[in-house]
Parts: sequence; structure tokens; C-alpha cells
Amino acid sequence: MFGDYSLSDLGAIFAMQGFAGLILFSVFLLMALGLAIIFGQMGVINMAHGEFMILGAYVTWLTSNFFQAHLPALFGGYFFVAMVLAFFASGALGMLVEWGLIRHLYKRPLDTLLATWGLSLILQQCYRSIFGAREVGVDLPQWMLGSFQVTDAIQIPINGVFVMVLTILITCAVAYILYWSRWGRQVRAVVQNRVMAGAVGINTEKVDRYTFALGCGVAGVAGSAFTMIGSTGPTSGQLYIVDTFLVVVFGGAASLLGTIASAFTISQAQSTLEFFLSGSMAKVITLLAIVGILMLRPQGLFALKVRK
Amino acid sequence: MFDTPRFANRSELLGIAVLAVLLLVILPLSLDVFRLNLVAKYLTYSFVALGLVLCWGCGGILSLGQGVFFGLGGYCMAMFLKLEASSAANTKIQSTPGIPDFMDWNQLTELPFFWKPFHSLTFAIVAVLVIPAIFALIVGAAMFKRRVGGVYFAIITQAIAAILTILIVGQQGYTGGINGITDLRTLKGWDIRTDHAKFILYFVEVGCLFVCIFAAQFIRHSKLGRILVAMRDKEDRVRFSGYSVANFKIFAFCAAAVLASIGGALFTLEVGFMSPSFVGIVPSIEMVIYTAVGGRMSILGAVYGTLIVNAAKTSFSESFPQLWLLGLGALFIAVVLAFPNGLAGIWRDLIQPRLDRFSRSPKPDAQWSQPMADKAPAE
Repeated sequence: MFGDYSLSDLGAIFAMQGFAGLILFSVFLLMALGLAIIFGQMGVINMAHGEFMILGAYVTWLTSNFFQAHLPALFGGYFFVAMVLAFFASGALGMLVEWGLIRHLYKRPLDTLLATWGLSLILQQCYRSIFGAREVGVDLPQWMLGSFQVTDAIQIPINGVFVMVLTILITCAVAYILYWSRWGRQVRAVVQNRVMAGAVGINTEKVDRYTFALGCGVAGVAGSAFTMIGSTGPTSGQLYIVDTFLVVVFGGAASLLGTIASAFTISQAQSTLEFFLSGSMAKVITLLAIVGILMLRPQGLFALKVRK
Repeated sequence: MFDTPRFANRSELLGIAVLAVLLLVILPLSLDVFRLNLVAKYLTYSFVALGLVLCWGCGGILSLGQGVFFGLGGYCMAMFLKLEASSAANTKIQSTPGIPDFMDWNQLTELPFFWKPFHSLTFAIVAVLVIPAIFALIVGAAMFKRRVGGVYFAIITQAIAAILTILIVGQQGYTGGINGITDLRTLKGWDIRTDHAKFILYFVEVGCLFVCIFAAQFIRHSKLGRILVAMRDKEDRVRFSGYSVANFKIFAFCAAAVLASIGGALFTLEVGFMSPSFVGIVPSIEMVIYTAVGGRMSILGAVYGTLIVNAAKTSFSESFPQLWLLGLGALFIAVVLAFPNGLAGIWRDLIQPRLDRFSRSPKPDAQWSQPMADKAPAE
């Protein structure tokens, strides 16, 4: 399959596809971060995760429209406002869902899966009724358009770089919150031993609620970043949900490092294969490889050694 | 042979008899052929729901990939029917006569090797029963032998459903792509598109359904079925008692796969086409909701649940298309939060006691009908 390309062409192809893969990696990682918090830490299957992401995307779209209409001078900076709004909108919805739905189901993970699937159907229909069935896209501010010309054959779009930088920052923030902050220690304590954590004075219900809200909030930010590179429709979230779950499971559910590594592997494999095969076959081969590896090594790449 | 283990108790036999009267007498007499064909289409899903009762309700294994097996069965049948429909005489105008039309459109000049055995009806029927079983055996053995279960199993089966859909859509020349395999005409020279054929096929299908219901009843009342339930509730105790938990799980999964596949094959016959839209994630998870609505432990509930949800879907999406998704979503949540035992639970808790008070008959056998809301399997 390499025969038709010269060596320098191949280099450029790998660089460009590698970069496309890095953007896919950012999307996977941003979505998977939220899931890694919710599924990895709390053990809750949230099939509506994609819809939380899309909520963030719609909030970003609304903000960009608002800035365009009322504050055109500040349009260059709308994205940062939108990101914060998206975080809080998705987080608030997440908190509501935890209170109304998830907290009744902590002992029945398979039922959570069905209930959140129902929730995702409802949210999709709400988006369709409110925003219309057509996909919407945001206008990028001037400074995000264009691309860096690295060599003759290699071009790197600025919005992609921006999304990647954002991903790295958010990942660091999540890692800090979970592993170094006082609140993150409480979360991990509750996950490891709920009864003991309660006995030493941690309010476990409150921790659950805020953990779920944080996961959903991160999904909202992911949606916000997603608008930079693609358009948003009511069902866009569902396209990614299976991939994202595979990313989290493949990485080893409770490991942040594993999530990063598996998001990287999967996105790079897929985008490199995509150039040489058709898009659907690339996806089939990638997914098959993941499922195959998971059958041989069900605990994922980076498994915590925990005595059960 | 029905003494120990008991095959069905009195109230279950009565329930089967009521269902038989409903499906064989009341519906055919009261509906026109179009509506009866719709019922037939719904009933094909109830095979899947039956399998899920065994696999999910009894065994506690939630598979979100039943659409895969439904699709495998459906495609096996569709391949046979398609080959019969695209005889050399019927496909004269193609550049390569004698191959299915979508292959001709995709510049294939020869029948692919895996299509060739499907010239034979016997092979197709054997394939419907065997291919899903083998596939489920491979997946189940790989997962259950390593003690993967619960949520992980659900996610992986869902991924398999996604993979198969993408594969079918992508390999247009071999599978008919997103449109599926359409324009099926005859079964051994017998036109399946006429009203009369549809009428007969309906009864054939109901016959198959009752065979499957009896098989499922038999499995559940046998020792095997009791071990499945024990495994769902306390897996470790069953393992420590010396049973091979993995093998029982594999059996339940394979049985569910074969039931789904039979449903798929009958679906192709009834509806006259098969497409990837019955394979993927969304149909697979909808099939789970049919079971949940009927009552995940109830074999007859699965049939009623399928019929009711599908009838509601058809009538809602005819009149209020926006409301249907909201309704379906609310149904998912309501069934999980408020009625974990579905219709069967409502029947048992609210209606049956009142009937019993009238007839003063002894209470129904409570062995299989304990509420499971408070002791659902801990993962």
C-alpha cells in the first residue's frame, strides 16, 4: 500500500495524518476525561455523555451568536466566555440528573445504562425541537483561521493547534483536581470505600453529586472545543459515545494515564489507516483491534492492581 | 418428563393458552392483512426479547449486541432469497447476469465465495441456526472465561454491533450497503409478497414463536435455569459450589443469540428485506427495552412488551413524530426507576391478587416471581 508514494511524500502524509489524528485525539481525550471521571471513578455508565457534550457545543454556538450581535468588538475572545458557560451549563444539568436519576441507581449499574440511554433520547429530541434538526457551526474569530506552513507539503491549521493546547490544559486541570486537591482525595476515598469515607466525615452524597457534575462539565468543555473543528447537530454526540467508552475501557477504567494513552493510540491508528483504506474500513479495523485486545486483556492497558 | 423439573405451572400454562388464542384467533380475525403483517414484524422482535429474558433476566448478562445476531440470521435468509430472486433470467439487463443487482452496480463480476453456499435453502437454514451460535460462543468464551461481565460485557457487545454495522455499510458490493438486501421475491418458487403468503407466514411465525416459548420455559424450569438465576444473584457462591459459571453464561448467551437469529430470519421473510438499520446500536438497545417493559424475568411478558412498545411506536410516530423519542426516553427511565419488573410485575402485584380473590385459587408458584428491585445483581 506504500508503493505509489515517494519517501518524502510518505513523510508528509504521516505528518499530516498524524496531525489529523492529534485533533481526533483531542476530541477523544476531552470526551473520555469526563467519562473517566464518571465511569472510572464512580462506576456509573452515562450513555447520555455525548448529549452533555453537545449541550456545551450549543452553548458555545449561542454565545458566539450573542457576541456577533451585541459585542462585535470582543468577538475574538468569545470562546473563553463560551467555554466557562458550557462548563457550568453541562455541570448544572449533570447535577440535576444525578439528583433526579443516578443516585437511585448506584447499586444497579446495568440499569443506569438503560436509564441514561433514555435520557439521551430525550435530550436529543429537546435539542431538535429547540435548535432544529440541521447542524449548526460557529464562526471562528479571525486569529484562529489560517494555518502554519511548516514545509511545502505540511500545513498545520491554527484552530487544531488551539484545540490541542486546550486539551492539554484541561487534562492537567483534571489531573490536578483528582490527584492533588483535597476534594479529589475525597472523591477517591469515596470510590475506594464508601462506608469508611462516610465514617471519617466525608459527605459521600455531596461528593457523588459534584463528581458527576464535574464529569459532565468537562464534557461540556469538550463540546465547546468540538465546535472549533466540526459542526454540531442533535445527534452528533451519539456518534462518539461508543468510541469514547472503548477509549476509557481500553485504557483501564480507573487510570487517567491509561485514558490518555489509549485515546492517543486509537486516534493515531484510525487516522493513519484512514489515508490508506476507506474511512469505514479504517474504523472497523481499529475497533476490531481494540475489541480483540480487550478480549485478551479485559482489564485494559493500565490497570490498577486492586484486590477485590 | 414434565414432572421434575416442572415444565410450567398452572397459571403459566393458562397464560400461554391466552397468548395462543390472542395470536392465532383474535388478531387474524380482527386485523386486515397490512396490520397483521405489522404484528408479524413486531413478533420477530419478540424472539430477541425471549432470548434476552434468558440471558439478561435469568442470567444477569446484559447484551447490547442482540441486533448483531438478529442481523446475522436476517442476512443469511436474505442472501438465500436474493440469490433466488436474481436468477439469470431475472437479471438479463445486468452486465453480469445471475448475480444480485447491487453487486452489479458495484462492478463485481463474480459471486463472492461466501455467497455461493447460500444457493441452498438447507444451508441457509442451518446457517441461521449455527453461525450466530458459533459467533456467540467465540465472544462469550473469550469474555466469560476471563470473568469479564456486567458493564464491560455490555460495552463490548455494543462495540461489536457498531463494528458490524460499519462493515455492512462500508462493503457495499458484498452486502448491499446501507440499503441492505432488498427486492426479495420468492421462496422456492412461492411468491412471498402476496397477501395470502403473508397470512400463511404469520401462522408459521407464530408456530415458531410457541416452539421457542416452550423451549425457553423448559430451559428456565430445568436445573440449568435455576443455576442461571443463582449465578445472577450470587455468582461467587455458585462458583464455589463447583459449577463452571463461565460455561453456563456462554450457554445463555448462545441460546439468546440463536433465538435472535431465528427472529431475524423470520423478519426477512415477513418484511421482504434486511438492512443494517436492524443491526446497529440503536435497534439493539431498543430490543432490550422491549424485554424490560414486558418484565425482564417473564417469558410471556417479553412477547407482550414487544407488541405493546412497537404498537405504541407505530401509532405515535404516525401521528406525533416528535413525541415518540420523548416517550421512548421516558419509557426507558420509568421502567428502570419505577417498574423494574415491567408489565409482568404490575400484573403480579396488582391484578393477579384480585383475580385470586375472586377465584380463591391457591397462590401462584412464587419460586420464579420474586421482586428483584431490591436485590438486582451487584456487579
